[in-house]
Formats: sequence, C-alpha cells, structure tokens
Amino acid sequence: MVKTVEEINQKIKEGNVRVVTAAEMKEIVAELGAEDAAKEVDVVTTGTFGAMCSSGAFFNFGHADPPIKMQRVWLNDVEAYTGVAAVDAYLGATQLSETKEMYGGGHVIEELVEGKEVELKATGYGTDCYPRKELYTEISLEDVNQAVMVNPRNAYQRYNAATNSSNRILRTYMGTLLPNFGNVTFAGTGEISPLNNDPEYRTIGVGTRIFLCGAKGYIIGEGTQHAPPYGTLMVKGNLKEMKAEYMKAAYFPGYGATLFVGIGIPIPILDAEMARFTAVRNGEIETKILDFGVPRRDRPVVRKVTYEELISGKVEINGEEVRVSPLSSFYMAEKIMKELKRQIEKGEFFLTSPVDRIPKEGASKPMRQKEVKIVKSVMVKAHTIPPHTSIEEAARLMIEKGLNHLPVVEEGRLVGIITSWDIAKAVAKDKTGSVAEIMTRRVVVTHPDEPVDIAARKMEQNDISALPVVDSKRRVLGIVTSEDLSKLIAR
Amino acid sequence: MRMILRFDSKTVTKPLLSKTTLETGALINILRAEVGSRRGEILIEVEDEKAEKVEEILVSEGVEVIELVEAIQKDEDKCVHCGVCISICPTEALRFNGEKKVVIEAEKCVHCGSCVKVCPTQALSLPF
Repeated sequence: MVKTVEEINQKIKEGNVRVVTAAEMKEIVAELGAEDAAKEVDVVTTGTFGAMCSSGAFFNFGHADPPIKMQRVWLNDVEAYTGVAAVDAYLGATQLSETKEMYGGGHVIEELVEGKEVELKATGYGTDCYPRKELYTEISLEDVNQAVMVNPRNAYQRYNAATNSSNRILRTYMGTLLPNFGNVTFAGTGEISPLNNDPEYRTIGVGTRIFLCGAKGYIIGEGTQHAPPYGTLMVKGNLKEMKAEYMKAAYFPGYGATLFVGIGIPIPILDAEMARFTAVRNGEIETKILDFGVPRRDRPVVRKVTYEELISGKVEINGEEVRVSPLSSFYMAEKIMKELKRQIEKGEFFLTSPVDRIPKEGASKPMRQKEVKIVKSVMVKAHTIPPHTSIEEAARLMIEKGLNHLPVVEEGRLVGIITSWDIAKAVAKDKTGSVAEIMTRRVVVTHPDEPVDIAARKMEQNDISALPVVDSKRRVLGIVTSEDLSKLIAR
Repeated sequence: MRMILRFDSKTVTKPLLSKTTLETGALINILRAEVGSRRGEILIEVEDEKAEKVEEILVSEGVEVIELVEAIQKDEDKCVHCGVCISICPTEALRFNGEKKVVIEAEKCVHCGSCVKVCPTQALSLPF
C-alpha cells in the first residue's frame, strides 16, 4: 500500500486525516503491525525542544534618513553581524551583551517575539550614498521589514551525553557537570525527535514545511556538522509569526547565552516502511557518554548508552548509579507534537514532499589546524630539590638561578612545589626548617602532550604562575611558567 | 519545622545548638551547615512541638532565625521543564511528574541553592 503526500493533503482538506503523535505511533505499530498501522495512520507528528546554540535571525531594519551603511550594529547592546548590505544584519543566539550580565542574542530574539521594543544602535563609516555615521533608535518586530529566523544547525537527531571525571565542577554548554562522575546530562528527545522517526531522510528534506517556534517554517537543507545518525537540520521561519511560548532564551552559567528552540516535523506515513521507522523506540537509539573532564576535542568515551537508559534518569558508570538530567524539554516536545497534530487536523497545516534529499552520509571533520602547540615545546628544564632541603638553601637556589618555582622531588617523584612567595611567607613568620614544612603538596601539573592553551587555563583557574610537567609516573620532566607563555603570545 | 540559623562573628563560636538541646530536650537534625570563622549558616529540622522554644532560645542568644515554610521557588512562566536541575539536587527534591513537568518536593528541599545556580532560564530562586 502506498500513499502520496498529495493524497494525505486531500484528506486534510476533507477533514478526515488520521494524525497521531510519535509517542502514540509506537503503541499503534506495536498493536497493529507496520502494514496495518500504515493504512490506519496518515501523519505522525514529532517534536523537540532544546537549547540550540546555532540559531539566530536576519533582520532588515529599513533605511534611516539620512541613510546609514551599518558597519556595526547592536540590539540591546548585543552585537549583530553586518557584513552584508547596508541595513541587513544577523543576530546570533549566543552573542553576549556588552553591558548586561546573563543576557545575549537569544534574549533579544525572545523579547522581540514577545512584542517588546529593543534598542538599536549602529555605527557606519559614511559614504556618498550612506552619509550617516551613527544611529540610535528603538524598534519592535512591527517596525522592521523582515525578521527571519535562520538556524544553521538545529534538531540534532541524537547527541553525545556528558559527564565529568575530573575533581572540579564544570560549567558547560551541556549544563553543570558535577565532579567525579557526579551526574550525566544529555540532549535530544530520542524516539519522538524528528530525524529519528525518518532515519533514511525519505520525507524530511530540503523544502519540508515544519513547525518552528509556533510559526510555519521550512527546512533549508542539512544542518552544519550533519553526520548521520547524528543528523542535523538547517531551518528558517518568519520571526514575526512566532510565539514566545515555543521558544525560550537561556543562559548556561559559565558558558553563555543560547536559545531553546521548539521544532515539530510532520511525517507522512507513505507506506509500511515509514510506519516501521516511526515506531522506533528509545532502547534502539544509541549514543555515547563523553568525559568533559578532558578539555580536548576528542573527549574520551565513557560508555555507550541508549536514550531509554538516559531518560530513565539513572545510568551506571564504573559500577555506580549516576543521576541523569535532560537538557531538552520533553514536556514542551510533547506540547509541540500535540499542537502540530491539532493544526493538521484543523486543516491549518499541509504537508510537503522534499524538493531535494539531505545526505544520508557525512562526517563532521575536525578543524584543519596549522599546529597545536603543546607543553613539550615551551617547557624548560626544572631545578628540583629534595624535601629535606632547608628553606635558606631553597631561597639561595632561587636567587642564584633566577627561579620562582622549585618542584620538590622524593625518590624521583613530584611530592610538592615551593615558590618564592612561600619563602617570603616563611621569612615573614620567622619560620626555619625544611621546605617539606612549607611546600604545597597538592600540585597542579601538566603533561608534555597537553596543549599550551589548556596549561594556561589551568594556571588562570588556580591562580598560579607555573606548572611542573610530569610523566605518567609523576617524574618531573620540566616546568612551564606563565612568563614563558606570555612570551609565546607576544611573539 | 525547618529553620535557617544565621550566626555572626559573636555567635558562630558558641556551642548554641547543644545548649538549646540541653535546655529544651529538642532533637535537632542538622540538614546543612556552612560554618566559617566569622559567620555561619545552619539548616536544622526540629520537632514541631518544640520549635517555638528552640527559636526563642536561639534568638535570645543573638542568632538570626528564619522559619522555612516554603521550598525553593520556581517561576512557572520561566521554567521550560528541561530538567537540568534534577541531577544537580543533592536531596532529589526535584523530579519529573507524569506530565513530564519539573516539580519540587518541598519536604526534601534543604535550600542549598545548587539548582538556582544551574537553571538556564533563571526560573529558580530561594524564598528568602
């Protein structure tokens, strides 16, 4: 049995279309089987609602008098990109305000959709055709010619979950990750998420009409970093028609601003295969839990996991039960599926066939970098001392060699570090004796293969000025100091 | 009854909770304590019948006492029910209900504020 999108649209027009949500479809296929379910059901609505950083909006503000060619433009002090025509600009959801804390592009977009006015500030360099150099006004969505949401990467089919092996709290775009595998966070809505219900991308493609933040939107093509089964979509929609209840500005502490975007996609059940696809269960959708404790691009995989386990709220890591938080709202995804279902049943929303397919294959490549500077290339020889060295002796060594840091080594292994500040403190307190009494024992270290940027961040976060470089057996191979790093930057 | 006790530099060094217990016979359960050298904050739970007496003694000793009748507050207009807060809460006071909405179990909340700091829509706040 084969149905066409035209036939389904005819049913919508006649008011006798059978629409179910993706959640309902699982049960129907389980009960009737794919063949009969395909006869029974015409459309399955899918939904997702998550923080989607790769989102933003194009604006055309209209021309001022005298006119300006905007070289830089800010909306509520959040800068938008203006390297296009005179009064066109793109405001990205994650761009931060230059004046207001915890506020960014996503918040500006949300305020506009709520009907509020925002401050528009622009500067230009002045040309014969655009003489004006400065502009300051207030605008709302009604005032601008166009306001078009264009999101380069939305609706991730599945996404790597996150945890943290390190001993400190991490504030990430995956939310706050507690130390020592204290929690797991994941994104995506699993079996109700659009692309998981059409994994071959048969009906979801270029030109597909979708529900985007309450408005009718369209898929422009595959999204950036599209790498099936981690598929993504690039979408657009008219900001002026959107509803604030289907989006939400957000600010992840320690990371920055973003925007929760609500997307619903109707899937036409053309045949038994589509019915089978839309019957997919969370237990069949696999992803990986990555360790964000390792601040590298290729984060170690802690384990594989299914969305069923993630959604259960608890997963096991190294024999321990770890609690799980979603980052996507299942409540909102459900609400979107139901709203889209309602619109189709009422004849307000018609389905489309894709104009073109999106790729079924693809991989997200790492960046081509000239070189990653690693610690080995900047470290210098370290002068080490044994723990029984007297404070006076350590002081003398520092002055003689012009050093501020002396790693303390016992039986070939790093056991502490002493700085010129420690010596000064000891002198101020009339302390005498061995360095073992005044050294710092919990030494923050680096490794020869660690990128310089990560070593620099370690120093910044711990408010220290040097890191001993050690191997896996904590043998001291050298030392990097903030002075050496600043020379590197100055060069 | 739950109470937040705030100690200043004078009261923080005194064994006031023990004193209160000896005087009232009230069993005091410490749910959370942050005590430094100059100030401290302790969340306690006391049996309802003796709460008034406990509060009276502590106040007379110079401790600021806040009776906790409410849990952490959630602004329903801001909350999108993503659940980021759920795995952060040390006492599992936050959870999804059948509708997949995030709800607070007030009796489990110890007012630590962990969830307030992680909420991406700033929907959570302490009630005092």
